[in-house]
Amino acid sequence: MDELVIARSLFGMTMGVHIIYATLGVGLPLMVLVAELMYQKTKDKDYALMANRWTKGFAVLLGVAIPTGTIAGVQLSLLWPGFMEVVGRVIALPFQIEIYAFFLEALFMSIYVYAADRLSPLMRIVSVTLVAFGASASAILITNVHAFEGTPAGFEIVDGKFVNVDPWEAFFNPSFLVTAGHVTVSALMTGAFVIASIAAYKMIRQRGNTREYKFHHKALMLGLVIGGIFSIFTALNGHESAQQLYQYQPEKLAAAEGLFETQSYAPLAIGGYTDKEEREVKWAIEVPWALSFLSDDAFDTEVLGLEEWPEEEWPPLFVHTLFNAMVGIGSLLMLLSIVGFTWYKILKRKEFPRWLMWAFIAAGPLAITAIEFGWIFACTGRQPWIIYHVMKTEEAVTTSGNIGLLFVLFLIVYIILMISTVLVLRYYFNRNPISEELH
Amino acid sequence: MSEAFYAITLIWGLVFIYAVMATIDFGAGFWSMIYLNRNNTKATNIANRYLSPSWEVTNVFIVAIVVALFSFFPGATFTLGTVLLIPGSLIILLLALRSAFLVFSHSASENYKRILTLISGITGFLIPALLICVLPITHGGFIQTTDGVERLLLSELFTSPSVYAFMAFAISSTLFLSSLLLSDYANVSSDQEAYQTYRRDAILVGPISLAMAGLLVLTIRNEAPWLYDELMNYVPWLVGSIVTFAIGYLALFIPRKTGVGIPRLAMISVVTQYLLASYAYGSAHLPYIVYPNVTIETGFTDPATFRALIVTYIVAFFILTPGFIYFWRLFLKDKRYLKQNES
Repeated sequence: MDELVIARSLFGMTMGVHIIYATLGVGLPLMVLVAELMYQKTKDKDYALMANRWTKGFAVLLGVAIPTGTIAGVQLSLLWPGFMEVVGRVIALPFQIEIYAFFLEALFMSIYVYAADRLSPLMRIVSVTLVAFGASASAILITNVHAFEGTPAGFEIVDGKFVNVDPWEAFFNPSFLVTAGHVTVSALMTGAFVIASIAAYKMIRQRGNTREYKFHHKALMLGLVIGGIFSIFTALNGHESAQQLYQYQPEKLAAAEGLFETQSYAPLAIGGYTDKEEREVKWAIEVPWALSFLSDDAFDTEVLGLEEWPEEEWPPLFVHTLFNAMVGIGSLLMLLSIVGFTWYKILKRKEFPRWLMWAFIAAGPLAITAIEFGWIFACTGRQPWIIYHVMKTEEAVTTSGNIGLLFVLFLIVYIILMISTVLVLRYYFNRNPISEELH
Repeated sequence: MSEAFYAITLIWGLVFIYAVMATIDFGAGFWSMIYLNRNNTKATNIANRYLSPSWEVTNVFIVAIVVALFSFFPGATFTLGTVLLIPGSLIILLLALRSAFLVFSHSASENYKRILTLISGITGFLIPALLICVLPITHGGFIQTTDGVERLLLSELFTSPSVYAFMAFAISSTLFLSSLLLSDYANVSSDQEAYQTYRRDAILVGPISLAMAGLLVLTIRNEAPWLYDELMNYVPWLVGSIVTFAIGYLALFIPRKTGVGIPRLAMISVVTQYLLASYAYGSAHLPYIVYPNVTIETGFTDPATFRALIVTYIVAFFILTPGFIYFWRLFLKDKRYLKQNES
């Protein structure tokens, strides 16, 4: 394998691990906040207990989110020195501001965890809020750099040099707000569905109308409602994102949809796989005119097909599958929360059928999978560019060699960290079971 | 003064703050491991009590340095990023393990805690030793350029006496600074037993760290004569550094009403010692970031980016300072935290 592929795999693996923790690091604080607010409104102690327990889990996850984030930050310079040289000249601001957010998060995380017993109730809430703010801000600012890679702005290239740099124009590049919004709302959705999953799992092992069962039932409903709301936001924003692709990165949209020929009244291909030889999507359900309409709100919109670009500039065609999987899971999750909510609140049924419970259990892992698919789609779909139409990934990669060895080392450490996370969480929650805390 | 000079001064400041905070952090992990099996639980508790809240904040500084470096000196990033792939990756791997297990230990059982203490103790002296290798690499002689491709000569690096002198200096300084801080911390916590333990450690390690610093200068004379010549223009600073070491060291022997030694004075003098020495080293190193390929002028960022960054630094300073003060009060001054019996 060539070094570029190994370098991309190594960095992809780092991000793949980091985003699990980082997404929950953004999503869980919102759930804690909602539980706190529910407690204030209903005075039901269960909600206070939820906030407390979720914070414990959050602290453990943050313990991996921060070091993997550190790895990602440093690895950027080590694996992509050519890219970071441009970043340093043009788009350094988000990285720099992210450091401040990171400081805020680290300071108040330590304060919240290690000084909890000495804080006034108000300072506790302030601390959690600042942690949540820091986590979201970090995510948004890093996404800012990702957005810049797709829609670069704020500089000119003269004789291969970056001149007339406007760092704030680079910062507010065209896709920043939509992309950052997508990352944020999908993280909030995922945090909620993970909570719903855990609650559903606990309920299915409990059965019956115990105190504990009711506790988990409340947590499940909270997760479904919040997850449902943010899955709708994610879908709306996802539509925005697709329209931006149409506008700014048409070959990425063409690859996502497996569209080879430029056409108006373009059909939307759902499912199937893209066949490069025969230049079509096989086994897909085609919705006539839909792609044109989705791209720019009119059926006669002309959508560019891959034929417009030389083949070596095509993104890998499997992104069609990733894109479909992401959208499919998102839609499924939206449906799931609507069904759950209707069943309980409108049909007033006390218990969920077993198949629905298993669907709830699957919701959290599915949401995380969708996040992974989304990121892989977003980054792979930009290939072969690291900065769209400005710098190719192969020009940015390190020339040092030996990346294969590093890949193995990092893989081992990530496995250790992920297994330890599970063990520590299990140990902690087994030693402090909910049944004891309820009394 | 050029903009590049201000930028490198800022980075030097960040590196110095990180160096002091991290040596204390790593050293605390090391001492907590050493005293784990010796029924000297108080000394371990003091180390853990300091370590628990501070590691996360210290950890941010290393990212802050990397970001400041590639933002202000993108040209240097290219060379440093390329040649530091292996050592840099090892450092972040060890840091990740250490950080994660420090958090885990907070929620884990007693038997598990022993392993966690071992991990933080061992990484506690490995990481500083690896981190400091960056310095001799920038002195020149370890980077080979063929066909425009830069490559780190790992075998030359690990057979160089200078590299080992730097490592020995890093480890002994880590132990010296951390034992001083912990003795002060124990003293403020009115824990005489732990205070005596760390005072003794500081007395033992102090002269070793100074001897290693001397050795390091000698190896620089052989391996990087350009740096040695420049360094000799800063002899007064180096002398000042030795004097402040002497003051700090003697402060450990000054009799008081309740015991021997004034750890706070010792701590401050020794930090000043490192400040003076690192100022001399840093100034002598200029204008090179990586000798002889990259200087602060050739590696400097776009002027517009520089100015935008400085504005964010100023804004962030005012926003974050209250947070740091609050943090300091809660963990380093609050008697309720310092005097608890259980960590």
